[in-house]
Amino acid sequence: MKRLYDNEMKLEFSSKTCNEAFARIAVAAFVSQLDPTIDELSDIKTAISEAVTNSIIHGYEEGEGTVKIEARIYLDTVQIEIIDNGKGIENVEMAMKPLYTSKPDLERSGMGFTIMESFMDEVKVESALGFGTRVIMKKKITPKEDLKEDNLSDEKQKEDIKNTLGA
Amino acid sequence: MISKYDKENKILTLIITEEIDQHTADNIRRKLDNEIEIYNSKKVIFDFTNITFMDSSGIGMVLGRYKLVKMLGGEFELINVNRRLKKIFDMSGVSRIIKINNEGLIAKEENNEEAI
Repeated sequence: MKRLYDNEMKLEFSSKTCNEAFARIAVAAFVSQLDPTIDELSDIKTAISEAVTNSIIHGYEEGEGTVKIEARIYLDTVQIEIIDNGKGIENVEMAMKPLYTSKPDLERSGMGFTIMESFMDEVKVESALGFGTRVIMKKKITPKEDLKEDNLSDEKQKEDIKNTLGA
Repeated sequence: MISKYDKENKILTLIITEEIDQHTADNIRRKLDNEIEIYNSKKVIFDFTNITFMDSSGIGMVLGRYKLVKMLGGEFELINVNRRLKKIFDMSGVSRIIKINNEGLIAKEENNEEAI
């Protein structure tokens, strides 16, 4: 049977905020095989940090639990799932609205999902009250040949501009 | 975190050197509040030059400190905020409330380009 992905990793850790740095660095290390730019890696690290924080402080309300991360690579795209068995989100649409937070007392800004959406290409949230939440995010890593072509076209553009100005 | 106090002009500069996430935010917040309250300066500057990572926990952290400084009657400013952090501050509306001064960062980038 043909697999639907080229590579896969799974990670499980206790629901503790001290694991946030570990989670984002581990995923970044896995994604590194696609040779991402520093910006792409930072985008992914920030999105992971947001999703893992949500699981810990909202899903498990800082109590005991396990956060799972599954990452799969399909050609040049990485799909990352952050899964918890916490209390779930009552209204996903509302939770995803910028500046909405259920915990303003913790100096939470309500920007977590907005940041995930702006730093990743695709974000999907599946949640069931009392069962947990699964955040599925995708990001395409720019192939390095494309970057080279971009540079070439940039050079070409600059030359075109020069020629136009010269003429 | 490194703190520098300019006695003459009563400016307190706090250089944040930690990664900012939900885990570290509490501790950084306490240290910042402590420094701000001790000096009670005319102006407080947060320098982001050395920050390698910040997620949305940084938004609440900055807004909370801004409120504290305002309450104490001081000015508040962020400096050397890189493109990624600027994007987070723009999205959340922080840059509409708080002054972000990136002159130092722009000068540094220009110098680097000249070096190349």
